[in-house]
Amino acid sequence: MAGGNGREKKKPQRQATERAPDAPVQVGAKALIMSGYGINSEMETQEALARAGMGSDIVHSNDLIAGRKTLSGYRLLVFPGGFSYGDDTGAGNAYANRVRNNLWGDLEKFLDGDNLVLGICNGFQILANLGLVPAFDKKYTREIALMPNRKGVLECRFVTIKPAADNLWTRGIERISCPVSHGEGNFYCSPDTLQRLKDQKMITFRYCRDDMSPADGEYPHNPNGSVEDIAGITSEDGKVLGLMPHPERAMEFVNLYDWPYQKEMMKRKGIEPPQESLNMQFFKNITRYFQ
Amino acid sequence: MDSFIHRIEVHYKSDPRLQSRSDRIRSLGFPLSELHLIDIYTIATGSRDFSKDELAQIGAQLINPVVQEYTIDTATTADFDYAIEVGFLPGVTDNVGTTAKQTIEDFFSFRFLDGESVTSSQLFFVRGALSPDSVQELASTLANPLVNRVHIRTRREYGSRGMDPVVPSVHLNEIPTAETVDLDLDDANLARLGKEGIPDAATGQRRGPLALDLAQLHTIRNYFKKKGRKPTDVELESLAQTWSEHCKHTIFASAMDDDIPQGLYKSCIQAATNKIRKEKGKKDICVSVFSDNSGAIIFDETYLVTHKVETHNSPSALDPFGGALTGIVGVNRDTIGFGLGAKPCLNYYGYCVGDPDTDPKLFRGKNRLNPILSPRQILDGVVRGVGVGGNCSGIATPQGWCCFHDRYTGKPLVFAGTVGVMPREHKGRKLSEKRAKAGDLIVMVGGRVGKDGIHGATFSSEPLDPASPVTAVQIGDPITQKKLSDVIVKEARDPGLYRSITDNGAGGLSCSVAEMAKECNGCHVALDKVPLKYPGMAPWEIWISESQERMTLAIPKENLNAFLDLVQRREVEATVIGTFTDTGKCVVECHGDVVMDVDLDFLHDGLPKKHLKTTFTQKTYPEPDPACPARLDETLLSLLQRKNICSKEFISIQYDHTVQGGHVLGPVQGKGRVQAAASLTKVVPGSKKGVGLSQGLFPSYSEIDPYRMAAAGIDTAIRGLIAIGIPLDQIALLDNFCWCSSDNPERLGQLKRAAQGCYDVATAFGTPFISGKDSMFNDFSGFDAKSNPVKISVPPTLLISSIGIHPDVISAVSMDAKFEGDLIYVIGETSEELGGSEYFASLGSTGNTVPALDAGKAKARYRRLTDAIGKELVASAHPVSHGGLAVALAKVAIAGRIGMDITIPSGMRPDYYLFSESLSRFVVTVSPANQKAFEKIASTDAVLLGQLSGRSLRVAAQKNLIDIPVDDLENAYKLPFRGY
Repeated sequence: MAGGNGREKKKPQRQATERAPDAPVQVGAKALIMSGYGINSEMETQEALARAGMGSDIVHSNDLIAGRKTLSGYRLLVFPGGFSYGDDTGAGNAYANRVRNNLWGDLEKFLDGDNLVLGICNGFQILANLGLVPAFDKKYTREIALMPNRKGVLECRFVTIKPAADNLWTRGIERISCPVSHGEGNFYCSPDTLQRLKDQKMITFRYCRDDMSPADGEYPHNPNGSVEDIAGITSEDGKVLGLMPHPERAMEFVNLYDWPYQKEMMKRKGIEPPQESLNMQFFKNITRYFQ
Repeated sequence: MDSFIHRIEVHYKSDPRLQSRSDRIRSLGFPLSELHLIDIYTIATGSRDFSKDELAQIGAQLINPVVQEYTIDTATTADFDYAIEVGFLPGVTDNVGTTAKQTIEDFFSFRFLDGESVTSSQLFFVRGALSPDSVQELASTLANPLVNRVHIRTRREYGSRGMDPVVPSVHLNEIPTAETVDLDLDDANLARLGKEGIPDAATGQRRGPLALDLAQLHTIRNYFKKKGRKPTDVELESLAQTWSEHCKHTIFASAMDDDIPQGLYKSCIQAATNKIRKEKGKKDICVSVFSDNSGAIIFDETYLVTHKVETHNSPSALDPFGGALTGIVGVNRDTIGFGLGAKPCLNYYGYCVGDPDTDPKLFRGKNRLNPILSPRQILDGVVRGVGVGGNCSGIATPQGWCCFHDRYTGKPLVFAGTVGVMPREHKGRKLSEKRAKAGDLIVMVGGRVGKDGIHGATFSSEPLDPASPVTAVQIGDPITQKKLSDVIVKEARDPGLYRSITDNGAGGLSCSVAEMAKECNGCHVALDKVPLKYPGMAPWEIWISESQERMTLAIPKENLNAFLDLVQRREVEATVIGTFTDTGKCVVECHGDVVMDVDLDFLHDGLPKKHLKTTFTQKTYPEPDPACPARLDETLLSLLQRKNICSKEFISIQYDHTVQGGHVLGPVQGKGRVQAAASLTKVVPGSKKGVGLSQGLFPSYSEIDPYRMAAAGIDTAIRGLIAIGIPLDQIALLDNFCWCSSDNPERLGQLKRAAQGCYDVATAFGTPFISGKDSMFNDFSGFDAKSNPVKISVPPTLLISSIGIHPDVISAVSMDAKFEGDLIYVIGETSEELGGSEYFASLGSTGNTVPALDAGKAKARYRRLTDAIGKELVASAHPVSHGGLAVALAKVAIAGRIGMDITIPSGMRPDYYLFSESLSRFVVTVSPANQKAFEKIASTDAVLLGQLSGRSLRVAAQKNLIDIPVDDLENAYKLPFRGY
């Protein structure tokens, strides 16, 4: 199991040598990015996918409900970040209700196909309330919760996460340094569910320290109090990923928190700073799946 | 109507919020031992009831069963001493209730009828050694009496039945028609009408201030005499809105003394911009200045960016959360309402409040009636309000500031700004231009109209006093506005579905429609078509209501169906409420009766000209003469803990500053996370350019020298952007004057000097003003605990905000020290300028020598630094500001978590040298490899102070003055707001 268990004390690793990121490959498969009702990260998510080589359409949930647009034909469904319904009745809950009450048949069909679903931040909260993760035995019941942060307020800061499983989403990723920005990202589930998530290697990303050692629940490395530093999990079949941090907000080197420091260091070593950040590997993994 | 009422109570099995909430309540001094929070939904219907099973289905939709449980019509049980329920008063926007209502409607495929409702409230169970009085006091920190209802029960009263279900419903006196108003009154009664409002025919109660003075009322009386009739209340209220100080800026527009016949705005602000634009010629960066809802400058060949900063002071004094939220979502609409609609991309904030560690007991009424909120409550509320507004709207908030002064205790100042971005053209159509045509339909889009926000414009034109109207408070709903913003900017704009658009802000429809009517010379409105939140509103109320989340559009008839179809699919309400005309008149009818018929000329330009007289008395304060301490370690540590200097990072991190993916230089920088003076953000994906924001304000200089105060503000606002690498010729400014007692010639004298400072300094730098706003009566008149009258006026406050375009963000410079061995320079001269400084304030003094600006020298210096940064010779740069050089050095060291070895030049008292606030200075660090190249560019203007080294800040003159571990500096810097 790559990444290891957050409870096990591991020797901190030095930052891995920077591997060259994949070159973008244009794929024919298309993504549908949900919008509406306060979802707000659809445009940067579209940009990230485009830079990784995947075209997409931003579609308002009402256009799907009214049948003006349909899920069929798309290979990736994205619930982007945002504040759907202002987090009223629980983050992601009202939007999930809307999808479940109106689009469930189409969604189930989509999940049965060879397709991927990604939920980032508010999107993860929506997936959790829809039961799309963890979806043990293809049962879409709510098994996890993203509760209010331990500190009780929204917190926007850069975090480091590292893969905790070796799967299609994490291929070639050593770490992701990107912002979290949420008021309700405190991952919680029952001990039984947690055991099953671990046994089946569904915990995909964990918060860690700068030096890649486990955050061990310590603020601010683990920014919200998530159990076992969990930042993202997949569904049992691995095709649905829910992730709290926002890699799409740090696509470029200059988007990183410490880029001025990194740049100054590179400059003095005679290295040209890169344009793209290593976080783009996350999106390239998605396009690679459809190659 | 409400025959069936059900109450669903939701609680966490193990509540993650309790620790932080309990800590907060304890930090306010309440001995709390246990706390529980319960979310309540009250469903009230008349047409149908819900069965037990159906209520269980509703309950299931409102929780996550992994962590939450619900009860239906059963009181939640827990160990507690008191139960405090906080809900909304009737008519106040209840966003959570509205969302729950939509979920229920969706699930059962039915619609609630008018009068049926889902409302939310929160129940707090508290345990601890609390007296009934302290429970009341605790409740008052959880609720605001202007917008909240509070019910308290002891454990015994709560029993097994719990709290009573409460269904807020609005009870209105039916006033279906417009009334005429008799202006044939003697001057005393006429003045009273202007000050207190039109008397209600039935009750005699005054409706709230018109804020019209006698001269204005005489003009109105004469106008209607000529028409041979009396004005209606709609006409009078409408004129009051349009002529208000808030809308017409009469003080800035009026002739002043003998030397400013055109008024301060035209002579000082607009004239500066005109002169600069002319001088810059082809290099002019302005696209649209002063004429639209925001100002705009060129971003690149394809895009423009807009900026606007508003204040929302009076509402925030009464309801900090609601006031600030409304402020930020309101200024977002100034972006959406710019040209044909710019996309809001960055929010910006500024808070002037009293020291949150003080709790002065002040009251709006005698006998301890109507207490004002404490500075802590105001700060908490406004911080949260702007946060909720920006976060829910998906707009990044990278830049902001706080300023603390005891004279903001009576009335806080809340600044809220928004930067927008839009293409300059779409298919050959300039998107920054708009014009309604006669025959276009007037369409109101967004939220419905209620009684909220009535008399906002006229209320903010008057000082806060006991009669401040309660309906002036509005609460915004960012999600409703987000839906509106998305459909306008992302879908309706580019196909050209509408010809003009403006925001419904101050004055509501009366101002937005009449303003747009200028574009075609007339309008005809049917008020009965306006969708209302609840029935029973009088025509004048509908016309001037400031209910939020609304825009007014001019839509050609042939586009109406396409537009209505689009917005309906986005669940955004749009209603045709009239037609634009070319009759030269503003005509309003209601159910077929004409209730307003006024010439547009009179409405917009009929207000009588004023000629203001000013006086100015140079104030002299005792000059402090402290002995220079032998060591300055303690002085520096105590300055770092001053509220105006220390870290307010708790605000920066609760505001999303990364959404839209453009973060380059954020609100906190470096390993040590220090709040920077400027931020930098990419707003166009794929472009290497970025938008920088900074600001300057020095209210502590105002009473000493308002001219220099303005100069310091402009210099500092510009300097913040220079430090990150933005060239001077890419910088534009915004002005926000927040004055006090502006009917006092002395205050006007200060205003005049500040405005003249603005002209002189802006033209010297060549940085145009592109937008501005003023708020002239920031005074509190009330009583202390012993009923002695108290008046507290804010210090004259001028906020200069700056916006600049960075040519290539990869060359931008952050503030944090980078590597040991790097050289430390101060650029710019230091003089003994400590009047109004933080150092003198820490000694309890004011002094007199406010920093002076030599704009010519500064300009040359800024060009050289831009050159050095462009050549990538500078590793870090930080402007010297509050607290002087020592504080700037400490911040750079903390941010980089690296020590410094500094030797300061002798010749001046070390404390004065280190803490003087002389303008136009920077601290920069430079790699030794770049020393030669840097010094060649910077020349003698840069003084080498020392080197980055070790883990302590060490400063010496002839002898050691400071030697403090950087960790200790960081602790001091972050101490005051730890726990917020």
